[in-house]
Amino acid sequence: MADNANTRVVVGMSGGVDSSVTAHLLKEQGYEVIGIFMKNWDDTDDSGMCTATEDYNDVIRVCNQIGIPYFAVNFEKEYWDKVFTYFLEEYKAGRTPNPDVMCNKEIKFKAFLDHALALGADYVATGHYAQVSRENGQVKLLRGLDQNKDQTYFLNALSQEQLQKVMFPLGDIEKPRVREIAKEAALATADKKDSTGICFIGERNFKEFLSQYLPAQKGNMETMDGEIKGTHDGLMYYTLGQRQGLGIGGSGEPWFVVDKDLDRNVLIVGQGFHHPQLYSEALTAVDVNWISGKAPEEAFTCTAKFRYRQEDHPVTVIPQKDGSLEVSFEDPERAVTPGQYVVFYHERECLGGGTIDQVKKAAAV
Amino acid sequence: MERIYLDHAATSPVHPHAAEAMIPYLTDFFGNPSSIHHFGRQARAGLDEAREKIAAFIGASYNEIVFTGGGTEADNLAIIGYARANRQKGNHIITASTEHHGVLNACKLLETEGFEVTYLPVDEYGRISLKGLEAELKDNTILVSIMTANNETGILQPIKEIGALLKSHSAVFHTDAVQALGKHLINVEEMHIDMLAASAHKFNGPNGVGFLYVKQGIELSPILFGGEQERKRRAGTENTAGVIGMYRALEISLEHREARNEDYLSFRNLLLEKLFEADVKYVINGDAPYMLPNVLNLSFPGANVEQLLMNLDLEGIAVSSGSACTAGSVEPSHVLLSMHGENERSKSAVRFSFGYGNTSGQVEKTAQVLNKVLKRMKI
Repeated sequence: MADNANTRVVVGMSGGVDSSVTAHLLKEQGYEVIGIFMKNWDDTDDSGMCTATEDYNDVIRVCNQIGIPYFAVNFEKEYWDKVFTYFLEEYKAGRTPNPDVMCNKEIKFKAFLDHALALGADYVATGHYAQVSRENGQVKLLRGLDQNKDQTYFLNALSQEQLQKVMFPLGDIEKPRVREIAKEAALATADKKDSTGICFIGERNFKEFLSQYLPAQKGNMETMDGEIKGTHDGLMYYTLGQRQGLGIGGSGEPWFVVDKDLDRNVLIVGQGFHHPQLYSEALTAVDVNWISGKAPEEAFTCTAKFRYRQEDHPVTVIPQKDGSLEVSFEDPERAVTPGQYVVFYHERECLGGGTIDQVKKAAAV
Repeated sequence: MERIYLDHAATSPVHPHAAEAMIPYLTDFFGNPSSIHHFGRQARAGLDEAREKIAAFIGASYNEIVFTGGGTEADNLAIIGYARANRQKGNHIITASTEHHGVLNACKLLETEGFEVTYLPVDEYGRISLKGLEAELKDNTILVSIMTANNETGILQPIKEIGALLKSHSAVFHTDAVQALGKHLINVEEMHIDMLAASAHKFNGPNGVGFLYVKQGIELSPILFGGEQERKRRAGTENTAGVIGMYRALEISLEHREARNEDYLSFRNLLLEKLFEADVKYVINGDAPYMLPNVLNLSFPGANVEQLLMNLDLEGIAVSSGSACTAGSVEPSHVLLSMHGENERSKSAVRFSFGYGNTSGQVEKTAQVLNKVLKRMKI
């Protein structure tokens, strides 16, 4: 405890139950805890209300309950430059970006971490469901105990330097237990609903939101054989494997987005959840990060996720000279989507990941 | 950890004697001053005594003081109340770009009601130009509102000169004296001030009580609607205990004004001297002869001011940046923007404000900590 008392931990607090319990647990463990709320996006509405103000009020209530100082910092500019710009660029390029991965890399574990270090912090802590283990000066990123909530997918782009300074106190706790702890401690956020969706869009209509920033170009929906089935509202609004919102009637199996033809601005649709065009057998990944800091030189096998909350899939990773990766799948995989991340695992350990750049369609079965 | 409070311009501790004076009015003399029984009369007597004394402190008369719920309400009542009641005389108002939001936002409201507002610029020392004011005065100018001292910088405006200038004009002169009262000597008659807003918690009185001085003969429309208290100018049961606390606090402040101002000046010089010795780079926002002795606004070029304030707080030192209520916002203060434009200096400013209870030891400690923290931040 004596050491903990001399260890200053800055907790990134969102006003949600996870970060509230994170701060509470660290305080119980005797650390010197400081709560900081990050304002990354201005969503002030016409009436002058903004969800960030409400969330910060919850942070204040919880910090007063726990008995720790709290502050607010503003990273709107950094978020816009590093995360939102990337988000729009990816959509413009017809891909499906993952702003949460970028937010962790550039904001929570960079701008925020730097801020915490300038306050004399020894560590920053967040409410992520992930674990770190430190051995011989090396940090490993491990999956959260709660398999259902594991968030290492979103943390795949972090470096050794970043992880050295990180604590994830919820990593070895199951989510239902986190709620229980919040209730036992009577924290003001114990019953607060978990936030869903992309933070800056919130509960709003995604299409409407995106249309404020990017011009949409309508075009045809066609089958693989070129038969026109309808009109799409802009390729960026659709993602591979999507069923909702196509509005194609008729008999037979439901219709799905199976591909995008950016050159012709055509959305390719096909019938059936298992439409062959949706399946791929390999991908190319770029902007690769290895958490160990050491890029493998030889091909190796491991497991991978192609999106958040997916089962692991066995893959073979073949490093290329330019730092990119060829990743081939043991079994054809459905709806692997450019712009998302491929994240590699060896058992409990998250090895790193990269952005899915291209996919290789599976040979017809 | 010893905590050092250098944020007296935000709010200040209630002086023990003021707190003591309030207690009987919370427990024994709790009556409603408007009631026509013994309990009401007791409270009314206290209220009247306070009103008489406060009037005398600023060179006004008993019937020229309207008690309010604080400085913002007093500013609102002066500006909105006067403009609405005197619309037939004209629709032009002059104020300054560095005023408190209690004045600026009242003016913004009046703009939506058809009034025209001129916001005078300030020079790099935060002062308006008398010539500039004179040039903006028109036949239809009904009100000039210029603060006595700025809340963020302590910068004093030429109130006496403005009063003299307006003697020969039909516009009335309101001054927001919230920061100045108790430190800066004010006599409304000699300075030709028509309305003056004050707030108790800035001079060691309680929060939530203030007053507006309104020169006899000036018509005001109320902005709160209800009973006929305060000569129909401010509805709502009077905060008797608060008013008593305000009166005692002001009395004590004025009694010790000169000695305390000397202390504050020595604190200011000590802080600057120690920072200079430690080779800390700073710039003073303001011009020393035209500043309240207890407020010192310094810019630390290159410093992230949010980080600096948090660091100081974690080391036990309470100061402010810009005006309060801007947590988590990167907006530089409108006051510094008016003085220096959008630059490093406007974004890296910290306000130190001394007050009752501060010692030179605390000021020296502050300089030490500031130096340490800035070094850690690599400034």
